Amino acid sequence: MTLQNEPINRDQNQKKYCRFKKNGIKYIDYKDEKFLLKFVNEQGKILPRRITGTSLKYQRKVAQAIKKARHIGLLPYVADSLK
Amino acid sequence: MKKHYETVFILTPVLSDAQMKDAVAKFKQVLLDNGAEIVNDENWGLKKLAYPIQHKSTGFYHLFEFEAEPSAIAILETEYKRDEKIMRFLTTALDKHAIIYNARRRKGEFNKPKEEEAKS
Repeated sequence: MTLQNEPINRDQNQKKYCRFKKNGIKYIDYKDEKFLLKFVNEQGKILPRRITGTSLKYQRKVAQAIKKARHIGLLPYVADSLK
Repeated sequence: MKKHYETVFILTPVLSDAQMKDAVAKFKQVLLDNGAEIVNDENWGLKKLAYPIQHKSTGFYHLFEFEAEPSAIAILETEYKRDEKIMRFLTTALDKHAIIYNARRRKGEFNKPKEEEAKS
């Protein structure tokens, strides 16, 4: 059984990028729940950086914004089918 | 030294329109008395809450963006706590990026391009 390299499908693991650095977004608004929904999974939990690919600096800003949105009732703390 | 702040509060939905208006006017007055200069004043009206607050599922949202002395915030927050019509409130300080963002948001730049800007 010869050692064979499996084909690497390029598009599957294309380089993740931080959408905030790329688009030059500097402030994440806690009042804009449509935008924040992109960083939350179906149960309303905050998505980790390895999934969204955001840099540490902006991940903290996103987390703070989501927590503020939850406080004022725009985002649920726990949800079953959010999307 | 004046700083930029933004405060959002939720009023219970049981209020009549008149009560709701004068509650908002009362808080605007509290701000003005403490030397605040209101930059923006938005009423989101009755909105559905993501989870029940005080056993209610809707609330009147109201937003003030203002410039004030840091000492005025403590007064404003005790006023919020004292008033039982307020279900929840959140006051945040705004840094320079937030101020630029809010100015653009007021100009209505974010209705459509927000989607492309976020998605691209």
